[in-house]
Amino acid sequence: MEKEIICTVCPMGCHIFVEGEGDRIDRIEGFTCKRGEEYGRAEFSHPVRILTSTVKITGADQPLLPVRSEGPVPKELIPSCMEEIRNTVAKAPVGVHDVIIENICGCGVNIIASDTV
Amino acid sequence: MYETKCDVAIIGGGPAGLSAAVAAKKEGAEKVLIIERDVKLGGILQQCIHPGFGLTYFNKELTGPEYAGAFKEEAKKLSVDALLDAMVLSVDGEEKTVTCVCSEYGVTKIHAGSIVLAMGCRERTRAQIQIPGTRPAGVYTAGAAQRLINRQNIVVGKDIVILGSGDIGMIMARRMTLEGCKVHAVVEIMDYLAGLTRNKVQCLDDFGIPLKLSHTVTRIKGNERVEGVYIAEVDENKKPIPETEEFIPCDTLLLSVGLIPENEITRGAEIEISPVTNGPTVNQYMETSKEGIFACGNVVHVNDLVDNVTVESEKAGKYAAKYAKGEMPSRNRTVPSVCGNNVRYICPQTINISGEDEKISLYFRVMAPDTGVFLTASSAGKEIYRKKELRVNPGEMCHVVINAADITGDDVTISVVK
Repeated sequence: MEKEIICTVCPMGCHIFVEGEGDRIDRIEGFTCKRGEEYGRAEFSHPVRILTSTVKITGADQPLLPVRSEGPVPKELIPSCMEEIRNTVAKAPVGVHDVIIENICGCGVNIIASDTV
Repeated sequence: MYETKCDVAIIGGGPAGLSAAVAAKKEGAEKVLIIERDVKLGGILQQCIHPGFGLTYFNKELTGPEYAGAFKEEAKKLSVDALLDAMVLSVDGEEKTVTCVCSEYGVTKIHAGSIVLAMGCRERTRAQIQIPGTRPAGVYTAGAAQRLINRQNIVVGKDIVILGSGDIGMIMARRMTLEGCKVHAVVEIMDYLAGLTRNKVQCLDDFGIPLKLSHTVTRIKGNERVEGVYIAEVDENKKPIPETEEFIPCDTLLLSVGLIPENEITRGAEIEISPVTNGPTVNQYMETSKEGIFACGNVVHVNDLVDNVTVESEKAGKYAAKYAKGEMPSRNRTVPSVCGNNVRYICPQTINISGEDEKISLYFRVMAPDTGVFLTASSAGKEIYRKKELRVNPGEMCHVVINAADITGDDVTISVVK
């Protein structure tokens, strides 16, 4: 498989070309720094993203609580993570960084509160 | 009429106002009062639930509520007062009074030692870009839709077209998609992306949302509700090419077409406004043309990073406290900062030479992108600063630091040269 990846490490936006299969990388070029190469490899084999959203909250003077993943989650799990987030209702009071969903979709990452409500 | 007194009055409780309040307290101002029209502090950051904030100031990536939360926490610890649900009507620059109307006291007059303007900016609307067509429901600015979806649990539509490829537009494209909407296209009149590449990758490419560069919305169709928009390619003069027009059925059009500093109160106080930034002109203390009235954040110039807003607001807060205590640096002479080659504007626009040993930070934007350049400052025909920069871009603020003692001429000129 061949993939063209636009590097997002810095604003330069280098175009990195990666060839390989799964974890195996046969060819990587187009990066201009070490961090860019690392990004290219990770983005090819295991793309991850920080996921931010909101969950409903009861007992507060606002209907929503902003939340985020504590660390990056695998990109392909984002739709199922959103499903779980949509079905979650938090209860006030909530402190910033309180765990709202533990180990979302079994990926080992918690969903935490982004605000105190 | 209810009347009250404070040392430093701050108009606006967003990132600029909060940072200024904390800095004013730390500088020793006793009573610092934030006047905020929302019922909560935090400003626009409350609805910016995405990450990307704090990378330069905190050295870590935070969401908007977390970034604002850090300052709200500190303001609380330092006993900063806040008047919420309060709309400022006018500022008297001579008397140093602020008149507002608030739910708690009705019409209220605040007598202050000094005032900080931190009202931020607002979005450009359909009226300012003049899209022809009918006037149905379903046309929103991206920020209004963002507030509705992220704070009020209201999703404004199902089938979306976004005009403008600024960061807010792209972030909303992702947000609406995650909430089950279909974003049919992000349409950009320029032939390049307005926002960060990172946001194109993570907000558009990740979800297969098409980006249409050199395109614009030519007409909106629909009577009660938007039924669709016509888009067309534009020529080099940004004129739509009629034969390229196509129809996209949708129920919502989001506009992400720029921000305007919100300066009605500033103009009312007869404070000088820069025609380039549309914000008040300031000196290195973030003091406006009226002594004792300071300004910071997006009300001065639209920033790309909240981290920069915090840094300049801390300056405004610090010197507002000094002014209230009668401890401002002496005012010997004032020199303007002048835009040289490829510089669109500089903030601050003037520099007070106090005679003190002082480092002066100048922030500026270039007119056109360039690579392999030098940022230079010169005074009295002599170069006093030079820094190599790999690339410059109108969307990213540049920064130089000069020594006040080096300013020997009648001005300081900033240039970007090869």
